[in-house]
Amino acid sequence: MDVDVQERFEQTVARHDRIEPRDWMPEGYRKTLVRQIAQHAHSEIIGMQPEGNWISRAPSLRRKAILLAKVQDEAGHGLYLYSACETLGVSRGELTEALIEGRQKYSSIFNYPTLSYADVGTIGWLVDGAAICNQVPLCRTSFGPYGRAMIRICKEESFHQRQGYELLMTMMRGTDEQRAMVQASVDRFWWPALMMFGPPDQDSPNTAQSMAWGIKRNTNDELRQKFVDMTVPQAEILGVTLPDPELRWNEERGHHDFGQPDWEEFKQVVGGNGPCSAQRIAHRRRAHEEGAWVREAAAAFAGLDTASSGGRAAAEERGGVSRPSAGSTSKAGLAS
Amino acid sequence: MTHDWPLYEVFVRTKRGLNHVHVGSLHAADDQMALRNARDVYTRRNEGVSIWVVRSDAITASSPDEKDSFFEPSGDKVYRHPTFYSLPDDVPHM
Repeated sequence: MDVDVQERFEQTVARHDRIEPRDWMPEGYRKTLVRQIAQHAHSEIIGMQPEGNWISRAPSLRRKAILLAKVQDEAGHGLYLYSACETLGVSRGELTEALIEGRQKYSSIFNYPTLSYADVGTIGWLVDGAAICNQVPLCRTSFGPYGRAMIRICKEESFHQRQGYELLMTMMRGTDEQRAMVQASVDRFWWPALMMFGPPDQDSPNTAQSMAWGIKRNTNDELRQKFVDMTVPQAEILGVTLPDPELRWNEERGHHDFGQPDWEEFKQVVGGNGPCSAQRIAHRRRAHEEGAWVREAAAAFAGLDTASSGGRAAAEERGGVSRPSAGSTSKAGLAS
Repeated sequence: MTHDWPLYEVFVRTKRGLNHVHVGSLHAADDQMALRNARDVYTRRNEGVSIWVVRSDAITASSPDEKDSFFEPSGDKVYRHPTFYSLPDDVPHM
């Protein structure tokens, strides 16, 4: 097997060019991408639940319309990412099964409950803020379809963060009770938001390889630092206290020093023992199973033979798109 | 495990005067559903004035394996480029 294709792959990555779906790629690269993009897609889909929880109880029609639009965006983001992931030769059905069977993960943050409407604001400000920090560098990731999905997503995340901050500002101008509600929400979400960047660099064994492949552009700790530095002045303007006694400006470093989240809690949540882990998956499974008749009815209406309506299977039977080279079994995801 | 609906590729014209550009893919039971889903997934913020959807299995693509040989015929025809021709600097409007 061609040293040639391997070399070409490495040269492409080294000059920060993009790998496209039908290019040869090392199996490890493909697997890492499938894992990361799927996890990202699942996070968007599961992420609809904590906020969806408040749609029916939004305090005004304006807030309800905003929240609906935001949750719809999360669905869209999930679909962009599933679409990117499918270019690597996995099917949508496989990805959905992997999620509801717990074989693939999603961001730990969505295993925490949303206890008040202030949480809708805090999620927009801190959770989407952290997501933006993670995602902006991923627009330059080495796999073309992933980078293009990230560009679309980043354009829309800004609305998410701003609506959240505006919601919190509105509550901070309200009653003492509302201000207390905002502070309590920030207290609950601050540490889980810091955990969103993943374990500290020394405990993140995959980071070096992911960076060598150009999949990741920054380490977990770099991004976490960036997020803290961005958030501190926003918290001041909002008038809330970030619940970290060690948080202070370090003149020498030119960055804020801050405490470490409870990494034991993180491990527990990632391991499926978060406060809402079982509920989130059960809900997703129920939605999938209870929607089965709709999918079947639509397929029957369209005259599809449901036993072989998989896009890839059908394509290969017809030979519509030639099979890509070894190492990549994708047929879709044409490069734009 | 139930099978997926067929995969469609989505192309969006962002405004009049521009080409349709590939933006991604989605699953749908039929063409009309693909078009409606494409509107909801890819044009929630006025990103398009026109959408094409086409089943992925209807597309024939060049293979990256033959990247060199497939595109080679244009490689050695430098005379197709305007810069191949040297003209004096003072020739106007050229």
